[in-house]
Amino acid sequence: MKGERFYLKSHEWIEFIDEKTARVGISDFAQQELGDIVFVNLPEVGDEVVAGEGFAEVESVKSISEVYSPVTGVVRSVNEKLQDSPELVNEDAYDAWFVEIGDISAKEELLNEEEYNEFLESEN
Amino acid sequence: MEKKTPIYERHVELKGRMVPFAGYLLPVQYETGVITEHNAVRNKAGLFDVSHMGQIVIQGPDALENINMLLTNDFTNMSDGRAKYSPMCNPEGGTIDDLIVFRQSKDKYLLGVNAANRDKDFEWIKSNVKGNVEVLDISDDIAQVALQGPNSYDILRKLTNNIPEKYYSFLEDVDVNGIICFVSKTGYTGELGYEISCDKTDGVKLWNMLLDAGEEFGLIPCGLGARDTLRLEAGMPLYGHELSEEISPLEASLNFTVKMEKEDFIGKEGIRKRGTSRRRVGLKITGRGIAREDCDVFVDGQKVGLTTSGTHSPTLGYPIAMALMDKDYTDIGIEVVVNVRGREIPAVICDLPFYTRVK
Repeated sequence: MKGERFYLKSHEWIEFIDEKTARVGISDFAQQELGDIVFVNLPEVGDEVVAGEGFAEVESVKSISEVYSPVTGVVRSVNEKLQDSPELVNEDAYDAWFVEIGDISAKEELLNEEEYNEFLESEN
Repeated sequence: MEKKTPIYERHVELKGRMVPFAGYLLPVQYETGVITEHNAVRNKAGLFDVSHMGQIVIQGPDALENINMLLTNDFTNMSDGRAKYSPMCNPEGGTIDDLIVFRQSKDKYLLGVNAANRDKDFEWIKSNVKGNVEVLDISDDIAQVALQGPNSYDILRKLTNNIPEKYYSFLEDVDVNGIICFVSKTGYTGELGYEISCDKTDGVKLWNMLLDAGEEFGLIPCGLGARDTLRLEAGMPLYGHELSEEISPLEASLNFTVKMEKEDFIGKEGIRKRGTSRRRVGLKITGRGIAREDCDVFVDGQKVGLTTSGTHSPTLGYPIAMALMDKDYTDIGIEVVVNVRGREIPAVICDLPFYTRVK
């Protein structure tokens, strides 16, 4: 799984660094739907996150959206750059990771790139 | 089922993201996005479809008397061709709507009202007028656009030389490159701008003509998202947020629109009784986070206010909000804490408007 990007149907992506560690963000489709992102509310290092539950919020000019965790684990680091420059998520959603999660113990059902793209097409 | 404005098809072609608003399907933004649209209005020009706004005519020999009784502002010494903003109150002093009155003649007034309140206003006005006066709802016959931004004069000038000069004045039967229009120097953005209406059958033509004429001036179509961030920066109230049947115009800090020295008007006694135990102020958010509507505001752990709207301000680069604050906590500079979904975010009371254009 290492190096490959997986997705949730709620439009988060996850990329594993090793078996127990991964970075999480929101998909390009999600950033397009949200429009101009003006604030990202991130958890703190050491916070526990639970697969399928919200761990962050992303705000566009008009709306607030919950960001769901694809895995259960502990926040190892947060992308501080998003605090001052939330627009980085619009510029490149796959570079603008939200958090790095360690001690991963459980996963949601993950879609690979192809499955996610099919899901997006079926939704439209 | 939401209604469509006469310009609906064009928004779809321009890839507007259509959302239901006040009973209409309107673009919240185009592909350009809210911030680009907002900045276009501040720096160049933006075009909005505001055909959803209601238009009510009050005419007849007793029109002026009725307007002065229905509305809190004073229309006695108004001239033809001028416009005036006013709340309309219920007897308890709560606000039924806020609107703009256009005096077409001594006996004929056009009221521009909020789309969401149009039916309520029409019923209220009809049931409260006295004497020789006629009330008509002409909203469905009209298409209306708002051309806003520093370049709006230059754009309009390409299509007509008949342009209202003074802020809050208007001209009727203006020939805008072949379309007969009602043109007022008004708007909801805090910028130089015009609101232009015509027969609904000419709506698409007017929209296209303005967009074409404005291309060289940086004009782009703008949606409801930018309309909201622009009016917020300009400190303008939005009905349902800063004003409601439970909020008096004085509580909303609209003192300049309430003429208590007028002999009588509906709501005068109610407004007086209600007093101003709370008032609308601006909040500059100094912490991280965006306070939107309905967030409690605290000073020293005590709840002293409630936000009514809030957003990230594209022009200022930080979040702003408006709030109804207890009267002891309305001074500029007071530090407060806003509770945003359980997080405590520091903010400071500031003067309204947040943004004033450089003339």
